[in-house]
Amino acid sequence: MPKLVKLIIDGKSVEVPEGTVIIEAARKVGIEIPNLCYDKHLTAFSGCRMCLVEVEGSKKLVTACSTLVREGMSVKTRTERLIRYRRELLNLILGNHPQDCLTCEKVGNCKLQELCYEYGVKESTYPSLVPNLPLDDANPVMIRDQNKCIKCGKCVRVCREIQVTNAIDFAGRGVESTVTTAFDRPIARDFCRMCGQCITACPVGALTNKQFVGTRPWELKKVRTTCPFCGTGCNFDLNVNIKTGHVVGVTAAEDAPINGTQLCVKGRFHTDLIHSPDRLKHPLIRENGKFREASWDEAIQLTARRLSEIVARHGPNSVAGLSSARCTNEDNFVFQKFMRVALKNNNVDHCART
Amino acid sequence: MTNSVNEILDEDLLFVIGSNTTEAHPVIGIKMKQAVRHGTKLIVIDPRRTELAAMADLWLPLRSGTDIPLINGLMHIIVKEGLQDEAYIRERCEGYEELLKTIEAYTPERVASLTGIPVEKLQEAARLYATTKKAGIFYTLGITEHICGTDNVKSLANLALLTGHVGFPNAGINPLRGQNNVQGACDMAALPTDLPGYKKVANPEHRAFFEELWGCSLSSDKGLMIPEMFDAALDGTLKAMYVMGEDPVMSDPNANHVKKAFEAMEFVVVQEIFMSETARFADVIFPATCYAEKDGTFTASERRVQRVRKAVEPPGEARVDWTIIARIAREMGAKGFDWTSSEEIFEEIRAAMPMYRGMTYERLGTTGLQWPCPTEDHPGTPYLHKDGFSIGKAKMTPIDHVEPAEPVCKDYPTLLITGRRLEHYNVMTRFSPTLDAIVPCEMAEMNPEDARELGLAEGDLARVTSRRGSVVTRVTVTDKVKPGSLFMTLHFKESPTNELTIDAYDPVTLTAEYKIAAVQVEKVKTDYDPSEIDRFVRLTELVEPQE
Ligand code: SF4
Ligand code: SF4
Repeated sequence: MPKLVKLIIDGKSVEVPEGTVIIEAARKVGIEIPNLCYDKHLTAFSGCRMCLVEVEGSKKLVTACSTLVREGMSVKTRTERLIRYRRELLNLILGNHPQDCLTCEKVGNCKLQELCYEYGVKESTYPSLVPNLPLDDANPVMIRDQNKCIKCGKCVRVCREIQVTNAIDFAGRGVESTVTTAFDRPIARDFCRMCGQCITACPVGALTNKQFVGTRPWELKKVRTTCPFCGTGCNFDLNVNIKTGHVVGVTAAEDAPINGTQLCVKGRFHTDLIHSPDRLKHPLIRENGKFREASWDEAIQLTARRLSEIVARHGPNSVAGLSSARCTNEDNFVFQKFMRVALKNNNVDHCART
Repeated sequence: MTNSVNEILDEDLLFVIGSNTTEAHPVIGIKMKQAVRHGTKLIVIDPRRTELAAMADLWLPLRSGTDIPLINGLMHIIVKEGLQDEAYIRERCEGYEELLKTIEAYTPERVASLTGIPVEKLQEAARLYATTKKAGIFYTLGITEHICGTDNVKSLANLALLTGHVGFPNAGINPLRGQNNVQGACDMAALPTDLPGYKKVANPEHRAFFEELWGCSLSSDKGLMIPEMFDAALDGTLKAMYVMGEDPVMSDPNANHVKKAFEAMEFVVVQEIFMSETARFADVIFPATCYAEKDGTFTASERRVQRVRKAVEPPGEARVDWTIIARIAREMGAKGFDWTSSEEIFEEIRAAMPMYRGMTYERLGTTGLQWPCPTEDHPGTPYLHKDGFSIGKAKMTPIDHVEPAEPVCKDYPTLLITGRRLEHYNVMTRFSPTLDAIVPCEMAEMNPEDARELGLAEGDLARVTSRRGSVVTRVTVTDKVKPGSLFMTLHFKESPTNELTIDAYDPVTLTAEYKIAAVQVEKVKTDYDPSEIDRFVRLTELVEPQE
């Protein structure tokens, strides 16, 4: 067990394990220190400077995302000086950021917007220096708008440290620097795994999940469930549009026991198959070599009658059933019980071993 | 899995064999990569240069189908160098003497010539695994989908036991399950030999328990496994089949044989969410719900039972799978099919199976529980065999090498290996426009050397023919595969790979040897424009219209 360290944040006393950063210690007592580039799963970058705080006895401001707690430390997170400082930082960032918030897909989930609101920054006092880089939207999963990038480097770190693919990185220096792919190519399958983890990490509208385009966050209801593909067992939230009753897409769930916020391309982007027009919608019965729609009553009765006849004529072992490793435990339990109890045989199997 | 996914991050060595983890189990794959980034060592045993192989400390590109000699060879070296865990073996295992006799013959030199792996690499791998305490074995279908699949698995168990790697955190033997609920379907006994919770049909006491629970008598006849079902259909003893949520015509080996079996039966019912290739043979098709439209549970590879929650209404008149089955059962006069919710079924599952008994929907919540979880105050079990093996002593089984069912030959000189791709999952993902747009067609992987010889370039069409069938596919040229082999997936009905694979089975599990078939590859000439092909049209029909 690591040693516990006691400190005071905005007058509140808190005890955390040695090695904790100030920003996390503050969270323990319900204080959220503003930040744009911090994520507890990633190495600290200390790039945005929004999380600067005052530590008693030191003239220098320190970054709460990378400074470790010390015994007896007293931290102030919202002094006049810090508020003025943060306003100026936001003022600077906005000067380099497009002001099209009214139509931005990130509305409601934008960290920059949230902080500008909190600190009352309406517009930049600096002349606008927004670059004019082309959109990258040739791939099926994301829109990359480098003009909105605030260079927090979160996507770079997620891709390097969590996905471990290194598809994106910083290029160039200073104000000219960009976050982009090698050789500035559009996102493509040959170097990006399309896991979408960078999209989730992006605090602004520079990376957008295409499936959410056109939906506002307050139109969505989240339903926690388990991925239907491989055997890893990732959990995530299905985002259902409450107006249409359709699944719009997937968002990761921090508290998912196996995967946390990590998902792969299938888990994150498969949901458009749920409402595919190719779904089967009615029972079908073959008649003269063709399928016709039938009522449930007719199809159920026909099935029960034919199965009973075959068992009566050829014995219980003349029927077999294939259950499914894609269906739920409940479905499988009922299916094998059906074979054993209703049909009186053990001819039940599934492609488990494949 | 004997252990849990997140233990990977704290392992000192990952021993990955027959698993292209970053594509087949992507999130487990990225956890492995994260571990490696932080200094965990990685051994990858795979004939293909997978993403993990490329970043491994040791990559052993063995000749396909030589896993047993390889593992025996590693054990030979371990014993010769005295690196086995004698105390562990004495305390927890049996069959050690017999094992020693068998592995004696697998000298490094012999193994090197069988597997194509140089002696030094074998020694390095053996030493690294034997001397690293926190070392887990991970495997997938590259181990099980062989005629010697069961033996492959037992060999890995031998290796782990010999070196004392089972019963501790950050170690163990970890099969990564191919589908979301393989673990659960097995637990529930969608198996011909088992009753729920791995009770045995053949055991009168086990049957008696369920006869009491269900209030009826149960058959003691051994049930049919999938390949036996198709054979029985063709010899006329099996007359009807009910298929729920599977597409054996696409996913089972030797598809043409499977199709004949379906044609031969009197009555076929298919319950599906899309019109599958198998559904085309049905007499009745029931429209079912997908996972987003129902409540229930899945059991992940790490034995974690997790909730599935209904998010949206099913389309049209589609119904939840179990409700369809229960209704037919009632219509046939069976008793005990009157549940009104999935939770009620789960309550019956708990009553039936001690390993799930401590779980309730409420307890599962958003974190799930790992079985065994026998009582409502039991926290679940992150790793198995902590205090020894429930069966007493673990058995070490001497295993010998078996040649693959269909080695390459003059007429079929190319080795076909099948598997999955990151962006797709069996056939269902083809109906996701997003995923299908990323990878819209089969791209058979071929080594540049072979491509040059056959005059094939990136994206060209090739005809691939085995003794059982012939398909046309595009090829991609890559040194991920060795010369003389071809890698294809099962996702695309335009190029139905399983018309090529061989229906040769492991004698115990009847799992097919999907990983090795002999084929012949040739270039195909056409002048159509690939962008104009309709989805789901067989490419063979395009290059050679059917009469
Ligand atoms: S989608 Fe995934 S692999 Fe691609 S750039 Fe983003 S994080 Fe990296
Ligand atoms: S999100 Fe990807 S890795 Fe996770 S369970 Fe689904 S398919 Fe598997």
